[in-house]
Amino acid sequence: MNSSTNILEVRNLKVWFGKKNKPVKAVDDVSFVIPADSTVALVGESGCGKSVTALSLVKLVPSPPANYLGGEVILNGRNISAMSEKSLYKVRGREIAYVFQEPSVALNPVVRVGNQIKEAVKLCGGGNADDEALKLAEMVGLPNPSYTLRRYPHELSGGMQQRVMIAMALASRPSLLVADEPTTALDVTIQAQILELLVSLQKKMKMAILLITHNFGLVAETADWLYVMYAGRIIEAGPTENVLAEPLHPYTRELLNAVPRLNTSGTMQGIEGTVPDLACLPSGCRFAPRCKYVKENCLKEEPSLLFNFNRNRSVRCFYPLADEGILKNGRIN
Amino acid sequence: MEELIKVNDIKVNFRSGTRTIRAVDGVSFSIGKKESLGLVGESGCGKTSIGNAILALVPIAGGDIFFNGCNLADIKKRSEFMNYRKNVQMIFQDPYASLNPRMTIGSAIMEMYNNENEMFQMAAELLRTVGLEENYINRYPHEFSGGQRQRIGIARALASSPSLLIADEPVSALDVSVQIQILNLFRNLQEQYNLSYLFISHDLAVVKYVCSRVMVMYLGKIVESGPIDMVYSVPAHPYTAALLSAVPDIDAGLSARRSNKRKSRIILKGDIMANTGHIEGCRFYPRCIMAENICKQAEPPKIQIGPERWSCCHFAEKIVNIRVPACME
Repeated sequence: MNSSTNILEVRNLKVWFGKKNKPVKAVDDVSFVIPADSTVALVGESGCGKSVTALSLVKLVPSPPANYLGGEVILNGRNISAMSEKSLYKVRGREIAYVFQEPSVALNPVVRVGNQIKEAVKLCGGGNADDEALKLAEMVGLPNPSYTLRRYPHELSGGMQQRVMIAMALASRPSLLVADEPTTALDVTIQAQILELLVSLQKKMKMAILLITHNFGLVAETADWLYVMYAGRIIEAGPTENVLAEPLHPYTRELLNAVPRLNTSGTMQGIEGTVPDLACLPSGCRFAPRCKYVKENCLKEEPSLLFNFNRNRSVRCFYPLADEGILKNGRIN
Repeated sequence: MEELIKVNDIKVNFRSGTRTIRAVDGVSFSIGKKESLGLVGESGCGKTSIGNAILALVPIAGGDIFFNGCNLADIKKRSEFMNYRKNVQMIFQDPYASLNPRMTIGSAIMEMYNNENEMFQMAAELLRTVGLEENYINRYPHEFSGGQRQRIGIARALASSPSLLIADEPVSALDVSVQIQILNLFRNLQEQYNLSYLFISHDLAVVKYVCSRVMVMYLGKIVESGPIDMVYSVPAHPYTAALLSAVPDIDAGLSARRSNKRKSRIILKGDIMANTGHIEGCRFYPRCIMAENICKQAEPPKIQIGPERWSCCHFAEKIVNIRVPACME
């Protein structure tokens, strides 16, 4: 991957919580890149650290309780992790914008939605706020914009509220849109509408999207690249088709096998056990206690990320499931 | 098949200010012994209200419910009613809210019973059945994970030896790897305990894993019903087709990527109409891609398109592309 065309590069990000003697290692040495004009998905089950990773890009988790212990976040070539709070403030909502899961909670219930969009426009110095707000409302497909903009959030359906959130996020024409489970709270037919919207907006606005989700179906349909997280670490990464069709990490494979599909038949197996407590992680590989293929050294030593020859697939495992020319001797992190 | 429960044209209403919301507006179906029936639909369609009506948690504003041939409305004695309640139990969606935090799980499971000696033995056995350790019996809900709590909820429901379990979104709050464990448990228990299920969910794939038949609900009415394999592979109602195409599916997504095309999908325009007041014609009309004038004017009839398969659409046959033999209604 040509680094000059990456909108975002995250290197060795470390965000821990709790006390120094018993830290909760929520994000533990996480690295990934987002190429321009692409959609990258960060996938995992609850508690794996994907949301904290997304919020940590611009230090949205307050510190305390978060401890930003290390790593670099390079956005459009600039190291934003080294920025002061004042400078970072100008990056948030402008070059990086966010859309969250629950629009009914994120929107101010006592302000008309039009005014909330206008507020976003004004904060990034856009032109005539009224015109901009109408333009954004049309861009996100809000029906009857001038009427809808005068409504309060509770007068709109979940899907429409989410469109308002997207309009606010787009006010600054961001280079990167971070969507954290943007459709989980919505009905499946509305979900489809919103996803179509995001895909078409990405094309129109030449924007990159970081999609946080636990839904592999969404990933298959919308993401170009995929990073799988487990217990605070990236354990597999690669182009979506490759990872989903031929997962290298046992966790990825077991997880994919555990998703009921529309044309399923037969019995599926889950994964034994539960995710580890991030405050008392096992020694060795974090997935080892639940792994069907576990060997002795897995419990003693933690594997580092291994890459294949093209460096577009990586896996954190001593015994990846398929030997795709994985560089076993190179312990590249 | 012997009918365990038969629901006949039931209606459930809620008041909102001066308006009446017709959450369930004339629904009929039956569930046989050891049968699992899925009920799918999006939020607000009325599926939870159907479950609640069968459990007698909300009153019905019309229609009848028959259990083992007896009309529930005819039950006058409390003892008879409690007997009905023992026979029909519920599994709830939120494992964190459905267990009393101040009761040990053992007490929660055996709340219905008085005999102390028997109680512990039975509770222990039920815990084993749902895959939990016996010695958890004196622990409190907060000591368990979501998946474990859901298992406890199932053990509690089984305590009264029910014949029908109503599961309302029982796995929606659980992680993927845990969901499948609970779904497998549902499958196994059906065999072991001769259970029937009414499995309510918005997740079509989850419903398919557990159920043999499915009903699709929209705005208070069932729009399609039939064997789940057939309904999913050849839907006979535009809403079913839209629902199916909206589900993000790994296989469909991957093949679309490989052929470098976006997955063709039916996108519904607009939002759901209000279900207050009188609705003329088909309630799906405003969002339907196949809608024509007749849809606006006349309520679609129930059209049979196969054995135990029907659809409420003026164009059901056209959608399925078959001709209905004259002998079927």
